[in-house]
Amino acid sequence: MADAKEPKPEFTRKVIEAGGATVNLCFQCGTCTGSCPSGRQTAFRIRKLVRRAQLGFEEDVLPSEDLWLCTTCFTCYERCPRGVEIVDIVMALRNMAVRQGHMAEPHRKVAELISKTGHLVTLRDQDKALRGKLGLDETPPTVFSDSKAQEEVVKIASLCGFDKLVAEGGK
Amino acid sequence: MAKYGFFLGCIMPLRYPGIESSTRAVADALGVELVDMNGASCCPAPGVMRSFDQTYWMAVAARNLAIAEKMGVDIVTICNGCFDTLFEVAHKLNHDEELRAKVNKILKDAAGVEYNGTVTVRHFVELLHKEVGVDAIKAKVKGDKPLKAAVHYGCHFLKPSNIKKIDDAERPRIFDDLVEAAGMDSIAYKDKGTCCGAGGGVRARTPDVSLKMTKENLDNMTSAGVEVIVDCCPFCHLQYDVSQPQLKDYNIPVLHLSQLLGLAFGLDKEKLGLECHQVKVNL
Repeated sequence: MADAKEPKPEFTRKVIEAGGATVNLCFQCGTCTGSCPSGRQTAFRIRKLVRRAQLGFEEDVLPSEDLWLCTTCFTCYERCPRGVEIVDIVMALRNMAVRQGHMAEPHRKVAELISKTGHLVTLRDQDKALRGKLGLDETPPTVFSDSKAQEEVVKIASLCGFDKLVAEGGK
Repeated sequence: MAKYGFFLGCIMPLRYPGIESSTRAVADALGVELVDMNGASCCPAPGVMRSFDQTYWMAVAARNLAIAEKMGVDIVTICNGCFDTLFEVAHKLNHDEELRAKVNKILKDAAGVEYNGTVTVRHFVELLHKEVGVDAIKAKVKGDKPLKAAVHYGCHFLKPSNIKKIDDAERPRIFDDLVEAAGMDSIAYKDKGTCCGAGGGVRARTPDVSLKMTKENLDNMTSAGVEVIVDCCPFCHLQYDVSQPQLKDYNIPVLHLSQLLGLAFGLDKEKLGLECHQVKVNL
């Protein structure tokens, strides 16, 4: 007889508190998986991810690559017959996963850039030149044009511990 | 017509500034006044930033909302990602005083401002459809060169529809109406409402998976005889524009709605920024 894993309701409670309030409404019909554009290309099964979150199988969920294959397209969320807010559950799980160090380097780099500059891409000379050619200000009227505004955004990262989170890769 | 705070975000001003110049020109032609939100930042992007830390995500978004609030304007964006973040965070904060107080504590310490929950966030497609109207747009269109257009809604313009309430999420018309008003023939293609493949951090973390999704969409568009892809989001725009040369075998020009309207209105082509596209646009 196969070993059955014991559910861990304390983890499920954490998921609920972190924003996955509807996780227990799921009755595993699979409409989500059938609607998932990412699952069509990969072995990712969003229904299973929700089930594991429901059962509190933290060790299966948080380190999994599957957690990061959701494009947050909301198709499953729209079609769920039980009103499970699936994307909110994915977000709650991802927030927990990064705090355990499950943070991919390309994501960490993007987060670091925002944390330090307020934008997720840089302003290169070629961008300035093109903007100028199009009749736009070479530097957009955002935090890139206003160092005080940029400092405010950097301070938000610091107050939320976001700068530390991304600098340390969640560990 | 009312003034709107023009939220720029990142991809548009920094990678496809032609979408910005087109949006400004088209808005001007239609009598929509756009005012700059000086000092605004990344929305921040719902894929990676919301995935990492929802408190940070909300606080940075709230700062952007507070800029518009102080200016006394609602926000308009031409990006689905910015729309998703700003709309969702405004929805949360406008209706939840306790959460607003928590976020405002951070905002006060960081920027000396508060967000009072009064800003409405609009998507350019929805704003044009509802406030300007299809007829007023048609009246501006010059020339008659209908092309088979694949209208790509993307994900976060209409969804989650329980809070956005813009159009039916499964069978929408709103964006098709505008593309047809611009003289195009919006054609049906398989899985039209699906994701471009870029969202949720998937493009950055697993580019191979992202590209597979895009390829399937491009195949569906090709089967339907599409001549142009029209998007309403710079990230979907980037995904379709950058992926086609990577995948080879595809050569469908990609236009943001603002660029399509700019072309249809006969605005100066030089100001539409089409030459920075990877897939050449000869329309």
